[in-house]
Amino acid sequence: MAEATRRRALRNALVLFGTGIIAAMVLLATFAGVVAPYDPTDMKVADALKRPSLAHPFGTDRFGRDVLSRTIHGSRIALGVALSSIGIALVVGTALGLLGGYRGGATDLVIGRAMDVLFSFPTLILAIGIAAMLGPGLDNAALAIAVVYAPQFSRVVRGPVIAERAKEYALAALGLGAGGFRVVFRHILPNVLAPLIVQASVSLAYAILTEAALSYLGLGTQPPAPSWGTMLNEGRTYLETAPWMSVFPGLAIMLAVLGFNLLGDGLRAALDPQLRGR
Amino acid sequence: MRRYVLLRTASIVPALLGVSVAVFLLVRLIPGTVVDQMVGTEGSYSEESMRALRAFFGLDAPIHVQYVRWLGAVLRGDLGTSWRSGLPVVQMIVGRLEVTVELTLVAMLVALAVGVPLGMLSARRENTGLDHLVRLLSLFSLSVPVFWQASMLILAVSLWLNWAPAVDFVSLTRDPLRNLAIIALPGLALGTAVAAVFMRMTRSSVLEVMRQDYVRTARAKGVAEPGVLWRHALKNSLIPLITVAGVQMGYLLGGAVITEEVFTLPGVGRLLLWAVFQRDYPLVQGTILFISGLFMVSNLLVDLLYACVDPRIRYG
Repeated sequence: MAEATRRRALRNALVLFGTGIIAAMVLLATFAGVVAPYDPTDMKVADALKRPSLAHPFGTDRFGRDVLSRTIHGSRIALGVALSSIGIALVVGTALGLLGGYRGGATDLVIGRAMDVLFSFPTLILAIGIAAMLGPGLDNAALAIAVVYAPQFSRVVRGPVIAERAKEYALAALGLGAGGFRVVFRHILPNVLAPLIVQASVSLAYAILTEAALSYLGLGTQPPAPSWGTMLNEGRTYLETAPWMSVFPGLAIMLAVLGFNLLGDGLRAALDPQLRGR
Repeated sequence: MRRYVLLRTASIVPALLGVSVAVFLLVRLIPGTVVDQMVGTEGSYSEESMRALRAFFGLDAPIHVQYVRWLGAVLRGDLGTSWRSGLPVVQMIVGRLEVTVELTLVAMLVALAVGVPLGMLSARRENTGLDHLVRLLSLFSLSVPVFWQASMLILAVSLWLNWAPAVDFVSLTRDPLRNLAIIALPGLALGTAVAAVFMRMTRSSVLEVMRQDYVRTARAKGVAEPGVLWRHALKNSLIPLITVAGVQMGYLLGGAVITEEVFTLPGVGRLLLWAVFQRDYPLVQGTILFISGLFMVSNLLVDLLYACVDPRIRYG
């Protein structure tokens, strides 16, 4: 018993840590303009490639831009792309999963096969393909990430919907004259929310990683916007002479992703009855 | 068993067809046609020559006709010709295949060699400080972008060992030692990210198996603890790992693109990036189709292997 309590306490501490990271990131992103000591795109060539100091705690890049300010502003892009892309993926994927699961038959078959096709690509390859075709840029990267992650939400929702639609409460609602739309959204959706929330948290972590990867490859955010991936790309050439250009944006990505991963782990433990108490 | 193998192998056909449609449509997603994209920056063209160009690329036919023509060529092993190099796409891919396959396999080996023993150790010492440490490390490892990890590895070896990664790739058959020296660091960078997934899977799987009745029976019979672990628990707990390995192949193939870019390795991944930036659409289409095909075939092999290891699948 004491062991179970200790385990729960440790897990709670980790979830708290994850939530703390995310809260800090949201605050930094919201107040980036106030918190950041310099303008993230302000170039001072005389200050180029300065190592970390009191004036520039994270050093400066090749154009003399303050790496700390760029890292702080980078959280805006990372969070913005992650939230918008996973928001789209959540809405579209859930709608498709609900529709397929509830209607069954040909609708389910067509949606299911289309999702299977998207699952047949390695995620990053598909994201690169879509981003390449749409053209480099922040919005297109977000759209590419949304397409890549939508099938996961569809799959998470479909199974439980099939199970829920046969249950008495759903049949009773139908019998009382509620339309299919109302049954799905008012009655079934609330019952499949738990796995959706867990999936959203984990997907946010992956979306941040994917945006960073696309930007690192030159397919996402374009310079001079301070995306963490773009900053890492710019730091490549100066890896040995100015490693701070690469170290800090990378740490920022890691912390952000860790935050969402910890939160996802904690939510899964809290919401999945099978894992409760383990 | 034969029936399962045949059915599972046949199931890849509709999936491959679906992927081919998606890859075909991908290039048609571009605003305007590829011809507009090509001539857009290169002066003005008469309507006549634009029409001739569209006919040359087969874009004047209805879209389903274009698809059937394209698919027919793909089935004959013809992925088209690269617009920039003028070489057949298949030839360009095959020339770079060795690097990507070797990198992916080395990374998979690293992941298994690091992840499985750590997962077992973590499970054996459940809820000790060591267990918590290993799990925390795996969470960190899952959160690190592979390209940053690769950069930090390069930085570490260049600072501490005064060693820079080689620029020119040497084939395994030409000089095995130099080849291994070149591929080791990229393989390590790519593999450790997946090691965390294997570690978590092994840990939960071993814990699950150790709670089974047959393990209790083995203990009751008086089998010593190492015997219980190695003879009874390990074999069964490794079965779910095979599935995870299949899924992770997709991650490794995607990660290979970035790892090849960081270490400037001449593989299929870098070829894809080059094609993307050159707007060489046949090459983009060809490489994406090829990498996805590789992913699906490796998933098929994993499923067949699974059926060999777990008899319940065959009769299920």
